[in-house]
Amino acid sequence: MLNTKTIAELSAMLAAGECTSVDIVSDVLAAINARDGKIGAYLTLDRDDALAQAKAADAARATGTTGALLGIPVAIKDLLNVKGQPCTCGSKILEGYSAPYDATAVAKLRETGAVLLGRVNMDEFAMGSSTENSGLGKTVNPWDAERVPGGSSGGSAACVAADEAVAALGSDTGGSIRQPAAFCGCVGLKPTYGRVSRYGLTAFASSLDQIGPLAKTVKDAALLLGVVSGHDPADSTSIDVPVPDYAAALTDDLKGMKLGLPKEYFVEGMDPEVEAAVRAAVKKCEELGAEIVDVSLPNAKYAIAVYYIIATAEASANLARFDGIRYGLREDGADPIELYGKTRAAGFGPEVKRRIILGTYVLSSGYYDAYYLRAQKVRTLIRNDFIEAFKQCDAILAPVTPTPAYKIGEKTGDPLKMYLDDILTTPVNLAGNCALSVPCGFSSDGLPIGLQIIGDSFKEANILKVGHAYEQATDWHKQKPAF
Amino acid sequence: MAEATHIDVSYVAHLARIHLTEEETALFQGQLNQVLEYVEQLKELDVTGVEPTAHAMSLVNVLRADEPAPGLDHDTVVDNFPAVRDGQVVVPKIIDQS
Repeated sequence: MLNTKTIAELSAMLAAGECTSVDIVSDVLAAINARDGKIGAYLTLDRDDALAQAKAADAARATGTTGALLGIPVAIKDLLNVKGQPCTCGSKILEGYSAPYDATAVAKLRETGAVLLGRVNMDEFAMGSSTENSGLGKTVNPWDAERVPGGSSGGSAACVAADEAVAALGSDTGGSIRQPAAFCGCVGLKPTYGRVSRYGLTAFASSLDQIGPLAKTVKDAALLLGVVSGHDPADSTSIDVPVPDYAAALTDDLKGMKLGLPKEYFVEGMDPEVEAAVRAAVKKCEELGAEIVDVSLPNAKYAIAVYYIIATAEASANLARFDGIRYGLREDGADPIELYGKTRAAGFGPEVKRRIILGTYVLSSGYYDAYYLRAQKVRTLIRNDFIEAFKQCDAILAPVTPTPAYKIGEKTGDPLKMYLDDILTTPVNLAGNCALSVPCGFSSDGLPIGLQIIGDSFKEANILKVGHAYEQATDWHKQKPAF
Repeated sequence: MAEATHIDVSYVAHLARIHLTEEETALFQGQLNQVLEYVEQLKELDVTGVEPTAHAMSLVNVLRADEPAPGLDHDTVVDNFPAVRDGQVVVPKIIDQS
């Protein structure tokens, strides 16, 4: 049952010679065999390759190599390139594609000796909040198979919550790490824009996308973040800021910390159980020594409108590369224009088509100023709100989602309704800040609820500290779904 | 609603090089009009004098040394082509010389 343990626990056991990486990977593979038929987290998994990597990690350890992630299996969201593996981004248009190189975050994991486990499901090209937009498979919430795991990193969250991986990498453009982490009851961190290289991450919205960890504990998230962070010459938007030892800075109390509570984040229509759980978590942080201060983010309510203009505009440009010429699906046509149109019609699912069309429209001549430019200006206002708020506090506490996980199929017919659920996560991406999702309770239906801890740019250490101290004082993260 | 929310889905889909069925066009027309009506709320804000944000971290001209470095492995890239002839990607005819 090594698959139920954390990175920190396994790392200590490996160092003490109490288990091998092969033992860990074997237990993870057994859990996948036992229950992934029901959960549906994995799209592709090369068991022999995973075991071979584990053997190599054990051999490296035998010759004196060490490291927090050496021999630890990590699942990879299907939009990160791993050399020689498929990278479908949950889309039919990339079926058959084999990645010719490693994403930088993946290469960093490889260098530390982590075992790159299989590839996990997601909303197609990360467009969605429930993983229902995957073109390749259905993933369910480990806590209730009739409910969504969240998205777009739904496979990453589900595999961690179901102990089908020790940890996972995901990506967050508008909440795609934090929201599924909250829905599945695990920890998820969206780093500051520029903290982690985006090289090899299939681009959705380039000014918003960030790779980040999903894990069982805050400490594990800190360990993973420390490995994948850092400047990369291959990504000109990665920032050259030193990477601190995040895990080493964790403490059990919050004395001297000021935590902001934004009234705008307790939105109309919020589930009362979510609000009660988050308010109880705020009180717990106060008991741990933090001072709670009121802050205001008055423009956060415009975040959805801004996000769905900027993200779709960037997506319409980024996804132009999927044209059937150089890789993936091709539907032949009499000329290139017909080939593009037929390939993209057959390869993209409805949500991706909708977003490309919306993004093309808001960038088109005559509408650019009214939509795209105005959205960029409101983005500045949203960002300024955070700058003001962080003059008064070290981190901000808020819910992650207005409700716990909803039923599969409940929102698929109404895109706008689905978009509105991102109201509490998108402001952070627009501002470029970092944020953490930590389990903070359960609904009366037994569904996990998440606490969002938002930090200023490059202040990941602050939010990890708050999350860790809160986690040590509670046992929500120790509860597991029944199988 | 304002005229500006009337997206012509069929025309924009052509610009985006996506063939849509009649059903898709009708469905997206309704759904995207709804989304565009929702984003109209941005017009209630006064953004006079506000600078647009393109990136949360303002970066200007990130440069690197202009030195040769190996690219992707040729065979791996060619293996991904949907149609190959003599190690090159096959595409439909662009110029008709007849």
